[in-house]
Amino acid sequence: MTKDAFRGATGGRIDRSRPVTFTFNGRTYRGYQGDTLASALLANGVHLVGRSFKYHRPRGILSAGSEESNALIQLERGNRTEPNLRATQIEIHEGLAASSQNAWPSVETDVGSINNVLSKVFVAGFYYKTFMHPQSFWMKVYEPVIRRAAGLGKAPAEPDPDFYDKMHVHSDVLIVGSGPAGLMAALAAARTGARVILADEQNEFGGSLLGTREMIDGRPAADWVAAAVEELRAFPEVRLLPRTTVTGYYDHNYLILAERRTDHLPRGSAPKISRQRLWKVRAKQVVLATGSHERPLVFADNDRPGIMLAGAVRTYVNRFAALPGRRAVVLTNNDSAYAAALDMNDAGIEIAAIVDLRGHAGGPLAAEAKRRGFRVLTNTAITATHGSKRVTGVDVMMMNGPGEDVIGAPTRIDCDLVAMSGGWNPAVHLFSQSTGKLRYDDELSCFVPGVSVQAERSAGSCKGTFDLPACLAEGAATGAQAALAAGHGDGVAPAVPAATSVAPQPLRPLWIVPTTTPVGHGKAKHFVDFQNDVSAADVLLASREGYQSVEHLKRYTTTGMGTDQGKTSNVNALAILAKSLASPIPQVGTTTFRPPYTPTTYGVLAGRDVGELADAARVTPMHSWHVAHGAAFEDVGQWKRPWYFPKGDAQGTEDMHAAVRRECRAVRNGVGVLDASTLGKIDIQGPDAAQLLNRVYTNAFLKLDIGKCRYGVMCKEDGMVMDDGVTTRLGPNHFLMTTTTGNAAKVLEWLEDYIQTEWPDLRVFLTSVTEHWATASIAGPKAREVVAELAPDLDLSPEAFPYMSYREAVVAGVPARIFRISFTGELSYEINVPAQHGLHLWENIMRAGEKHGITPYGTETMHVLRAEKGYIIVGQETDATVTPQDLGMGWVVSKQKADFIGKRSYTRKDTARSDRKQLVGLLTDDPNEVLPEGTQLTAIADGHAPVPMLGHVTSSYFSDTLGRSIALALVSDGFNRMGQTIFAPLGGGKTVSCAVTKPVFYDPEGVRLHG
Amino acid sequence: MLLINCPWCGPRDETEFGYGGEAHRTRPADPSGTSDIEWAEFLFMRTNPKGAHRERWVHSHGCRRWFNVERHTVTNQITRVYPMGGQVGGTEIATPAAEQAIEAKEPKQGSRS
Repeated sequence: MTKDAFRGATGGRIDRSRPVTFTFNGRTYRGYQGDTLASALLANGVHLVGRSFKYHRPRGILSAGSEESNALIQLERGNRTEPNLRATQIEIHEGLAASSQNAWPSVETDVGSINNVLSKVFVAGFYYKTFMHPQSFWMKVYEPVIRRAAGLGKAPAEPDPDFYDKMHVHSDVLIVGSGPAGLMAALAAARTGARVILADEQNEFGGSLLGTREMIDGRPAADWVAAAVEELRAFPEVRLLPRTTVTGYYDHNYLILAERRTDHLPRGSAPKISRQRLWKVRAKQVVLATGSHERPLVFADNDRPGIMLAGAVRTYVNRFAALPGRRAVVLTNNDSAYAAALDMNDAGIEIAAIVDLRGHAGGPLAAEAKRRGFRVLTNTAITATHGSKRVTGVDVMMMNGPGEDVIGAPTRIDCDLVAMSGGWNPAVHLFSQSTGKLRYDDELSCFVPGVSVQAERSAGSCKGTFDLPACLAEGAATGAQAALAAGHGDGVAPAVPAATSVAPQPLRPLWIVPTTTPVGHGKAKHFVDFQNDVSAADVLLASREGYQSVEHLKRYTTTGMGTDQGKTSNVNALAILAKSLASPIPQVGTTTFRPPYTPTTYGVLAGRDVGELADAARVTPMHSWHVAHGAAFEDVGQWKRPWYFPKGDAQGTEDMHAAVRRECRAVRNGVGVLDASTLGKIDIQGPDAAQLLNRVYTNAFLKLDIGKCRYGVMCKEDGMVMDDGVTTRLGPNHFLMTTTTGNAAKVLEWLEDYIQTEWPDLRVFLTSVTEHWATASIAGPKAREVVAELAPDLDLSPEAFPYMSYREAVVAGVPARIFRISFTGELSYEINVPAQHGLHLWENIMRAGEKHGITPYGTETMHVLRAEKGYIIVGQETDATVTPQDLGMGWVVSKQKADFIGKRSYTRKDTARSDRKQLVGLLTDDPNEVLPEGTQLTAIADGHAPVPMLGHVTSSYFSDTLGRSIALALVSDGFNRMGQTIFAPLGGGKTVSCAVTKPVFYDPEGVRLHG
Repeated sequence: MLLINCPWCGPRDETEFGYGGEAHRTRPADPSGTSDIEWAEFLFMRTNPKGAHRERWVHSHGCRRWFNVERHTVTNQITRVYPMGGQVGGTEIATPAAEQAIEAKEPKQGSRS
């Protein structure tokens, strides 16, 4: 075990009594409880943690928070491995195993770094420019290779062993972030009695106060934080959520929070606690106190390990007593880095120089730095950095007045740490997600919240307020106002604790720090986006190539498109673009931030909705019988329907084709039974029930006799088929409508729409009874014998119970509704019993049918049998562009009715033309050739592209009944092509010729149906 | 996720509702009396405004009632919820976000949209 040589002897919020051992890239290190992986590595002197995305340059830890772009980690192994985690957010625990990503064979010696030598070819838009031809190479060759070379982490290949859950809550005030502003807002809101949620992504509350040494009310800020948290805990309506990232801000103050409940513990050590929890919060008011992210400076080779954000270094020395170096150079354009330098110095780091891009370093912080004897170089730039796997020194030079060039000769300063600060970007991500409008603040050189759209308020540095007393006051006021808006308290801000204000000197927005050669010339790279390896030269090149919109620039250069969403890079990239376009920054605009704020596991989004709970399954009352008899199932909507019933014996189990052929033979020659319970059933009652049906079906329903069934087609106002089914008149004011299985809910909603909005004068009521009834459809020449045995009191003679009629009878001892309707073309009875008797009915049918060889059949056989008869299936033969006339079903469209839904549209020019795509049958010249459904059809066998398409195959099967293949197709001008030959090009040079026929292949006279 | 104040059931998540497109498009009483252009106007043309949009929603997984909503198409803020047959004009209830204490008038059953 190596010693943590870069750890201060005292201080920090780590628990020195609880040492923790962990491994990184296979080596064992020591840290302490309270360390992040990043702080523990730094305390062990480890800076090189990864290789960059494109050039495989050595990279170190940049930040101390969720904005980290470099230190991406693959955590753990096997089924618990997780990619792309930020070392700066990982809490270490005993036995933690972490490794670098994107390096092979190791992060120390990485073969991919050859890309850095070749970097001149990897310019902006390189992939777009290079991997263009041939097109087919993209999927097969280029992309896989690029993905491997430019890989982020690896997803686990095994199922996740952990479980996740969700909470749905309402709150009066949701506060995001627990720094000085957020904590103060929480106190203000909580004291009103409001229901408050305080969420913070870190393990401890306190935000920025954890990493500085500010005093509040004359005590260390941490004491004030502890007291505030203690006070909050005492309120019964306050919920404190540490380790919880607010990842998404959606409409009407709906926010999504991801809480990491066990990630700070050894994996698998808390098997009864959900690993992560998703909070779905509907908040009356939201207070955003999300803080700010420090901006890197864009200077030559600013990406070497050991070059860090100044505020991050400050956090490491104060919060973790970790020393990121022994001798530091500070590069800054603002005052905050001076505060960092003073803290670093107090922690024992030698300040070799403060390089200030500004012409003058004034103010109390600079005065203190000078008092301590720091070498402060104003109007000076870092023009080069030295070292490869760790920075070893920098060159500095004076700048000219505008800061566009350097003067004189470089001076080298040795160091092992560069702390940089380019100013601060308010973390406006959630504000932006809430669709609020951002405003560019020229004085602060950053985007701040402008106009709000939702019920939210920003407070503290996420609003551009960087001064501690002001943050506390703003938090207090905002919390009180939010509570008042949610109906609590009087809106008066509580008293604010005392803190010291440091009036900052203005920063100097110098977006590119000059060096001895212009940007893009020479070997030096000025990185803008560390994660995606985008440099200032790439941004300038894109601008020269005409990418002047920030949205285009982003996609072309990939700036800000990494897993960090450009938290450290966006404003720098935008400013460089603006400068090259000579436009003000607000005019160039900013990109929209989208959820999630930081990468979120799929597990927490899925919660418990995995495996069997991934989707609801609807099963019929006969389902257990189907399962017991080996049915293969098909999903139809959410229903599980038997697809076919394969028979097995010693030789093996039938395949689908064999089973379907056997089932078809049984129905055509003997008797079969289908579970049709899933068909949509709508009970329609009221004096105007018939009137409603007459208006929504294309055919007439007013005069349907009681006890009679009628097939109907429903169209939308545009005349296109929407659904079909059989409706039966049960009484004078009582009908039962059936719909297709998949459309039941849609049809009900649509009928309600007309009843409630267009025809509110109709006295009619609808009730969905789909699940109230179980339905068995007995079909085949021997169907009558089977039903006769089950319902001995019912007269089944064709005269007493003809086709398309309805009877009530006792079937197998249960009161039943029997419909003599058919979807197979055979004599058929659909028996409906109350759902609880469904299984009983089915078992009795099987018993009664046994001597007739009754065969259960599934949806596939049903499809074949109906196709032989040319019966359509809505959604298969139709696609919302097909009229009943197109289907050859003009007979179902009334000529007499004055109006029905769709009627007016049949005389529209487009629907009235005679050469629309029409439903025809297709018989392949080779009877054994079964065309794939969806096959396009052409008029000529071999033409040069583009060959005009006539239409496509909608249904295609091998028909055992006919001993050959059959197909249905929608073909342009199909009715006029009867007897013609058309072609189905199947690709690979194979073209199948087929004859156009009528779509009814079997018993066109309907003799069997009426038998 | 919108929060929609069903006039019958109160505020509920958007996932309980179905969307019915633009409101106040009345089906012509006698479609056969319309010209092709008038009929096409009814079938296909919508106003698609940037701003206040009056639209129909149905509480599919609740009371199954249709009603009208006025929603801002840019901000998604809902400014009015009113029953079928409610007037297009009338007083708008200006509501800040997430405080949609919209007092929908007692819906009149059987009134035209």
